Amino acid sequence: MTPLAAYLILSAFLFAIGLAGALTRRNAIIVLIGIELMLNAANLNFIAFWRFSEHPEALTGIMFVIFSIVVAAAEAAVGLALIIAIYRHYKTTNVDEMNSLKG
Amino acid sequence: MPWIIKYLWLIPALPMLAAGLSALMPRRCRVPSASLAIGSMVISFLLSLCAFSQTLGHHGEEARQVFNFNWFQFGDQWVQLGWVLDPLTAVMLVMVTFVGTLIFIYSTGYMSHDENFMRFFTFLSLFAGAMLGVVIANSLLLLFICWELVGLTSYLLIGFWYHKPAAAAAAKKAFITTRIGDVALLLGMVWLYSQSGTLLFYNNGGGCLEQSSLSALVAHTTSIGMAVSTGIGLLIFAGAVGKSGQVPLHVWLPDAMEGPTPVSALIHAATMVAAGVFLVARVYPLMSAGDGHSLQVVTWIGAITAIFAASIAVAQDDIKRILAYSTVSQLGYMMMGLGVGGVAVGMFHLITHAFFKALLFMGAGSVIHGCHEEQDICRMGGLRKFMPITFLTYAVGMLALCGFPLLFSGFWSKDEILHAAHGWPVSHIPFYLGAAGALLTAFYMTRQVFYVFFGDCRLHLGRTTASERRTVEHAGVSVKEHPHAELSGDPHESPSSMTIPLVILAACSILLGFLGTPAWPWFQKFLGAEVEGFNPAVISLMVASSLIVFLGMGLGWWFYGRKPLQQSEQPDPLQELRPDIFALLRHKYYVDEIYGHTVIAFNAWFARACDWLDFWIWNGAVQLVSYVVIGLSWVNRCCDDFVVNLGFDEGCKGVASGGKILSRLQNGRVQNYLRVIGIALAALALLLIWGCRPS
Amino acid sequence: MSHFPLITVLTFVPLIGAIILAGSDNKAVARWLAMGMSLLSLALALGMWKCFDASAGGFQFEERHAWIPALGAEYRVAVDGLGLLMVLLTAVITPMAILASWRNEDRPHLYFSLVLFLQSGLFGTFTALNFLHWFLFWELSLVPAFFLVRLWGGPQRAAAATQFFVYTMVGSIALLLAFLGVFLATKDGANPGIFDFTALADLGRVDGIRAGVAMNLGFHLFGHAFTASAMTELIFLGALLGFAVKVPLMPFHTWLPSTYTEAPSGTTMLLTGVMSKMGVYGFLRILLPIFPYQMQALRTPLLVLAVVTIIFSASAAFAQRDLKRIFAYSSINHLGYCLLAIFAVATSGSGLAAPATEKAAAMSGILLQMFNHGLTAATLFWFVALLEQRSGGLRGLHDFGGLRKVAPVFCGMMGIALFSSLGLPGLNGFVGEFLIFKGVFPLATWPASLSVIGLLVTAIFILTILQRVFNGPLNSKWAAFPDLTLGERAMLAVPIALMFVLGIYPQLVLGGINHTITEMVKQLPF
Repeated sequence: MTPLAAYLILSAFLFAIGLAGALTRRNAIIVLIGIELMLNAANLNFIAFWRFSEHPEALTGIMFVIFSIVVAAAEAAVGLALIIAIYRHYKTTNVDEMNSLKG
Repeated sequence: MPWIIKYLWLIPALPMLAAGLSALMPRRCRVPSASLAIGSMVISFLLSLCAFSQTLGHHGEEARQVFNFNWFQFGDQWVQLGWVLDPLTAVMLVMVTFVGTLIFIYSTGYMSHDENFMRFFTFLSLFAGAMLGVVIANSLLLLFICWELVGLTSYLLIGFWYHKPAAAAAAKKAFITTRIGDVALLLGMVWLYSQSGTLLFYNNGGGCLEQSSLSALVAHTTSIGMAVSTGIGLLIFAGAVGKSGQVPLHVWLPDAMEGPTPVSALIHAATMVAAGVFLVARVYPLMSAGDGHSLQVVTWIGAITAIFAASIAVAQDDIKRILAYSTVSQLGYMMMGLGVGGVAVGMFHLITHAFFKALLFMGAGSVIHGCHEEQDICRMGGLRKFMPITFLTYAVGMLALCGFPLLFSGFWSKDEILHAAHGWPVSHIPFYLGAAGALLTAFYMTRQVFYVFFGDCRLHLGRTTASERRTVEHAGVSVKEHPHAELSGDPHESPSSMTIPLVILAACSILLGFLGTPAWPWFQKFLGAEVEGFNPAVISLMVASSLIVFLGMGLGWWFYGRKPLQQSEQPDPLQELRPDIFALLRHKYYVDEIYGHTVIAFNAWFARACDWLDFWIWNGAVQLVSYVVIGLSWVNRCCDDFVVNLGFDEGCKGVASGGKILSRLQNGRVQNYLRVIGIALAALALLLIWGCRPS
Repeated sequence: MSHFPLITVLTFVPLIGAIILAGSDNKAVARWLAMGMSLLSLALALGMWKCFDASAGGFQFEERHAWIPALGAEYRVAVDGLGLLMVLLTAVITPMAILASWRNEDRPHLYFSLVLFLQSGLFGTFTALNFLHWFLFWELSLVPAFFLVRLWGGPQRAAAATQFFVYTMVGSIALLLAFLGVFLATKDGANPGIFDFTALADLGRVDGIRAGVAMNLGFHLFGHAFTASAMTELIFLGALLGFAVKVPLMPFHTWLPSTYTEAPSGTTMLLTGVMSKMGVYGFLRILLPIFPYQMQALRTPLLVLAVVTIIFSASAAFAQRDLKRIFAYSSINHLGYCLLAIFAVATSGSGLAAPATEKAAAMSGILLQMFNHGLTAATLFWFVALLEQRSGGLRGLHDFGGLRKVAPVFCGMMGIALFSSLGLPGLNGFVGEFLIFKGVFPLATWPASLSVIGLLVTAIFILTILQRVFNGPLNSKWAAFPDLTLGERAMLAVPIALMFVLGIYPQLVLGGINHTITEMVKQLPF
């Protein structure tokens, strides 16, 4: 059986890739994809910890992940919708130009 | 009480009333105004005669009658005024009203062309009223009031031709110089009031000149060891010094000759200057009480004045100035007479002098009038041919003034003074001073008469003299309209309105002397003097004084009569003899200059100093305080502006800039936020790992 | 008559006039209304003089109402001879001042409104007998005076008005503090303190203020306790400052020449004629009765100050070149005699035969001098106003010359006023000065002897005025100088006639106030 650390390392890689994407890319959609990646890295952690816990018979980890996926889907939907709205308004998806929120 | 006592006030009131009425009359009423003035004086003269007759037949104390009344009250006391009729008052009343009437009549001629004729009579009447008030006053306060009014009217009369700056200045000088004495008199008066509780001279035993009061005054001594009576006496005498032109306050009198000549006659011969002598005579009981030191001062001042002024008169050229200095000198004699011989001696000379000096002044006025306002005796000469009446009367006056023996009144009165001075126990020096003064008097009068009436006429006729032009212009008449301009010919005799008074006065100048000869001293007895029987020793003194007079007149003839002056520019014989002394005398011993450089300069300096003090010190102190306040407020403002406000502003600015810096974090770039979160997350993770490291 | 509130009516008549005038805008109506109101007050004041019982002592026409009992404040007005004389003076001078500024074309309704307001304040000051009430009027009179100077004055008016206001305000504050001290010192059980002048005077006679201070007012400075005497002296000095500024006493006089000079002449008449008397009135009504012992203790330095005031102000007047400044200094000089007499009276006079008589003489002299100076000085400033009208504002000593030739009546009448100011017997100035010297000489010999120098210097500068302005050759600039018109002659004849009447018959005034004076002398504890 693959040890827990392997999952965690994978998850960490995934998270790092997602983070890097979210931080460095200018395109809002790619940023959103990075965020999804980080979310999934977390999900992977949930599953991994659940699988290696003392009570794998309780389906708590699955439950969490399913919830999380749902939320992520909703979030992606909202996020895309926002991006589209912004695109329509500013004619761009470059996040550096979306700075109307600054104080 | 005889009616005349009760109505004595009418004598001064009538001229005053006349003055008031003519002040309110329209300007063209020349004749009514003059007749009102003369009429009031004549009535006053008649009333004076009534009063005089009332005192005849009494002697000493019993001849004195008083009338007192309340004036105003303070606290529980009333200030009382009143009038007194005694021989002293009576002779003065008669003299003042008689001479005054003559001068008034004379003035109608002398001032006939003056534009301000009415104003002249207003002032003249007011003056006469005030002077008569001085004479009848039974209260030092009433006397002082009238005394000041006399000063005021003399101011107005001396400055009558106010357009002449010299006249305006002379009037001011007269008032201020006499005011110096008046201030001392005021002090003496309040001192007397506080000591004796009354200012009435006589009040049935309660007056300040009566025995009970006098003994109290003598008994008290001041802090410097002088009897109170002496102190008060000296202060009162200071008032008399100012009014009577005694040294050192004599300077106003010669300058006062800027006034019209009748004024000079009235003020400087008959009345105003005599007021000082009269005052001393009035308060004589006070002066002579106790040790009599004040009388010694009176004597010395009088003697010094007599010789001092006589010597100045020797070197003057102005006909009126010579007479003015002569008056000062004669007033010195009167004071000396009061000091050494008592009331009767001084008053006798006062009365005789009033007549002959009024005569001389009016004669001089006649000369000036006839010579077209020329006053310089060097420019006259030979006038006896042109003005015979004036010459004769003037000669009588001159001989009376010189004290020509036996016939003239001046001889008897002056001799009386010298006789008393000879017998003065304290010192013989006043006698010698007086004798020397008599010599000088004879000399300068001879000089004047020779200059004016003898020799050839040196008058620059046919042209208006500078002084005439000046006077005429100031009188408000243009030179062409002035009647003198037409009279370019010889000097002329004056109109009868001027000569008749001269003749009357000349007669009096001769006759009056016989009222007080040593053989028949009626006048002295009348004034209540103790008269010893006829003393043959008097004869020798009379001879001596006659010799002195002859010597003086002889010297005068020697210098001026032998070779009359040919040209007006020729120097005076005395000047050729001793130019230095002559210059000293001509400049009046430089007294005016000395005063100018001391008293007047000091006063001006002091005034400036006060002004300076006011401006720089008092006001400066206030300014300083205000500057300190302003400075403090400035400091306060600095505190506000640069510490409190600035600090607050800086704080605000700091907060604002801090916000700016922080707001950079909130730049709206979501990725930046994420970056921060990421870094923080990493840092926290590292921290966690670091912290959980097994130790 | 006793129930008719005469004094209140008298005080409020001008005030009502002032209020009506402030709202009107017709110049002619304003003038006549102001004149009418001031004449009405004059009539009331004369009526008061007529009804005043000169043979009875004490206060008359009294009105007394409670006001603020907790502060000891009452509405209490009454007059004795002193107050009555001052009321009369105010009532006489105000119409003169209004006539002198008749031709004022610059906001006349406001000007006359302020004049009436000032008059009301003066009436109040001279009749109030309770400190708070009195102080209110004292300060109220300051305000219109300030505006009169500030708005209608000469070129330097801003500085002068400010100086005047600040100076008198400083004095008033000192006075107020002093009376707070007195109020606190006189606390006694349930009574919070005394502000009533007569009650305070009764206390003062037995040195009760000092006793009160000892009981109620402890004061520590740097750990040292003030003695009661020192504290009372301090209170006295505070009150003294308030009055000394007003009169003024040197060296608190520097506001006066500039204020008198810059104020419009009509206002100067009121300032010198009446307002300067407020100070002397304060000395007589308040300082002398309430603090007799304190004044006695400081008598010598005060006498020195009075003599300095007299001599220096006369000399300073001689150095001035502006007629108004000359008369301003002369005013200081004349009131200096009043102060001299007030300070001289503060002694027992033991060693004199009749000290009470001398004090009565001095007191009579003060009152007479106050009235006479008010009349004479106001008349003189009136003449200056007329001179300015004719010369286009010139009033320098050297700007004129020989005016007597073209304007004999003007010169004659002004000459009478000048000689009255000089103290010539027969005119009003003399009797007051004589009585003052008569009283002061035995009580304070050397100060009196030195003060006569002031009389002499006064004569010098007055004659200098006559010489420079009226005598001498006519200055060709003034060849067309108009003489007084008939109307002006008629108006000026009134004060001039009054000068003669008071000079010849001073009993007219003295008879009315003699009882008051006797009482005042009796009130003195020594």
